[in-house]
Amino acid sequence: MAEGLTKYYGEQRAVDDLSFTVQPGLVTGFLGPNGSGKSTTMRLILELDAPTAGDVTLNGKHYRDHTAPLHEVGALLEARSVHTGRSAYNHLLALAHTHGIGRRRVDELIDLVGLHDVARKRAGKFSLGMGQRLGIAAALLGDPSTIMLDEPVNGLDPEGILWVRHLLRGLAAEGRTVFVSSHLMSEMSLTADHLIVIGRGRKIADMSTEEFIRQASGGLVLVRTPQAAELRKALLSGPDVTVTAAGPGLFEVRGLTAVQIGEAAAANQLVLHELTPQQASLEEAFMTLTRDDVEFKAADLESEEAVL
Amino acid sequence: MSAVSQAQQIPRLSHTGRVTQLRVARSEWTKLRSLRSTLWSMFAGVLLTILLPVLFAALTSSHWGSMSPHERADRHPLDIALAGVNVSQLAIAVLGVLVITGEYSTGMIRASFTAVPKRLPVLWAKTAVFAVVAFLLMLPPVLIAFFASQAILSRHHILQISFSHSGVARSVIGGAVYLMLVGIFALGIGAIVRNTAGAIATFAGIFFVIPPLMNILPSNWNHAVSKYLPSEAGRQLFSLTHDANSLSLGAGARLFVGYCALTIAVAAFLLVRRDT
Ligand SMILES: Nc1ncnc2c1ncn2[C@@H]1O[C@H](COP(=O)(O)OP(=O)(O)OP(=O)(O)O)[C@@H](O)[C@H]1O
Ligand SMILES: [Mg+2]
Repeated sequence: MAEGLTKYYGEQRAVDDLSFTVQPGLVTGFLGPNGSGKSTTMRLILELDAPTAGDVTLNGKHYRDHTAPLHEVGALLEARSVHTGRSAYNHLLALAHTHGIGRRRVDELIDLVGLHDVARKRAGKFSLGMGQRLGIAAALLGDPSTIMLDEPVNGLDPEGILWVRHLLRGLAAEGRTVFVSSHLMSEMSLTADHLIVIGRGRKIADMSTEEFIRQASGGLVLVRTPQAAELRKALLSGPDVTVTAAGPGLFEVRGLTAVQIGEAAAANQLVLHELTPQQASLEEAFMTLTRDDVEFKAADLESEEAVL
Repeated sequence: MSAVSQAQQIPRLSHTGRVTQLRVARSEWTKLRSLRSTLWSMFAGVLLTILLPVLFAALTSSHWGSMSPHERADRHPLDIALAGVNVSQLAIAVLGVLVITGEYSTGMIRASFTAVPKRLPVLWAKTAVFAVVAFLLMLPPVLIAFFASQAILSRHHILQISFSHSGVARSVIGGAVYLMLVGIFALGIGAIVRNTAGAIATFAGIFFVIPPLMNILPSNWNHAVSKYLPSEAGRQLFSLTHDANSLSLGAGARLFVGYCALTIAVAAFLLVRRDT
């Protein structure tokens, strides 16, 4: 999809030599700290902004070259893209007209996103969450094969967040390409099958969510046993296994799953008092991964203050 | 919340259509008619076009007896009938500017360009729809203004002028054509400047500030240059007489259409090249 995508705003580098492909049938999470270039990448995909270098295509074509763009991609952008003086209904209708989509479709989508009661009100009076719902309705208007949403849960209540999660999973299950940005790792781990992580416009990680979680937790298992020496011997027989003492009768084991450790203990008739796989928090893993690539760091601010 | 926790099926679209210029025009028509701000601008334009000539005619009629011959000679019935055009052009210009800058200020432009990423069809559609609406909207008011002011001045034979008199119908209808073109010019300015206040200021500068500034030039320079200004060239569309210091109807109309085409062309050039 994207190849060597680069965008400078004057001297400011927003996206830097970014290449990635988004697969259909999956929810792909697009993660990065504030200012890492997620929204810019999405604007580049839609050719709202022109890249400084590189290229991005959708289903083999530039977005601009599609004869029916709304059937290809439905997008929710970060900044509101609605005239504040127009009603939700007329906003959707105006977009629908460009592709010869009828009024019935507009009504269907207004009902779907739950804006029925306010559809005739001016969009400028909408709350943040209602605005997001209208944006999602606009994204789905053309029944697109690719859905691209920039922080869709921003401003939504818990019910709305759950609704978006089910919606995205449902869209992917229908075989559509779902590309959704967020800076909330925890939300993405529940929604996305695949993750692309960027920092300062560069790609840091591109892997399945499972793989990301596995790497993040580091495969650490906590084991407590009164037969420490025997267990250590039994476990160390495998390759790439490390056992570290963490206290009296307490070990941290790397390189084996809890299941493998339990079975090894049983085979050697050893007693276990505790067997706990350790999950590093995903949020922590995400922060570790992007630490060096964060645009605005609290620490930076502090040190600057110290200088002043 | 069982409705929420179930995966919702998005209703499928039975047939898929492509973007055509006509469809984009229909979209622009929906946009234009669904904004209260544009409806107010239109209302103001219509009202000014009718009310000012009526007021002007009523004042002329009631004061006729006390006017000097010189003042009387200065009053031309067609100038009275089209007095509103000079003022309502500002309302139409604001409308033309808002058609495009309203989308930039609210972010709507991103939605428009996502639906029509080739962009130019949006500009063509906006211009065409706006031109048709502006002309059809302003034609009845100029006609009403003409006949109403004539009715009010009916006691003064010297101020009577027949609609069938040579050039009269052309000038009255020319008033509506002028307002339409002013709107197109303003729309082009709006698309170039992309900011409501900036675009209105630019328009006002060209139409209301530069022309009087010409008076500080030596008069032979002033006469040589002024007639080529957009406002002066456009004025020939609704002037009955053309003298040595003004262009002919044909030349003025052609030049004004040229100015409009130029702003729209510059707007088109920038539209496909700039980030939104
Ligand atoms: N139109 C613009 N003009 C100038 N600089 C811009 C523009 N848009 C983005 N930038 C800069 O590019 C960088 C990337 O911004 P972008 O909005 O793409 O980040 P993001 O990942 O979406 O951040 P967030 O999580 O806060 O939404 C930032 O440093 C930003 O200041
Ligand atoms: Mg963003």
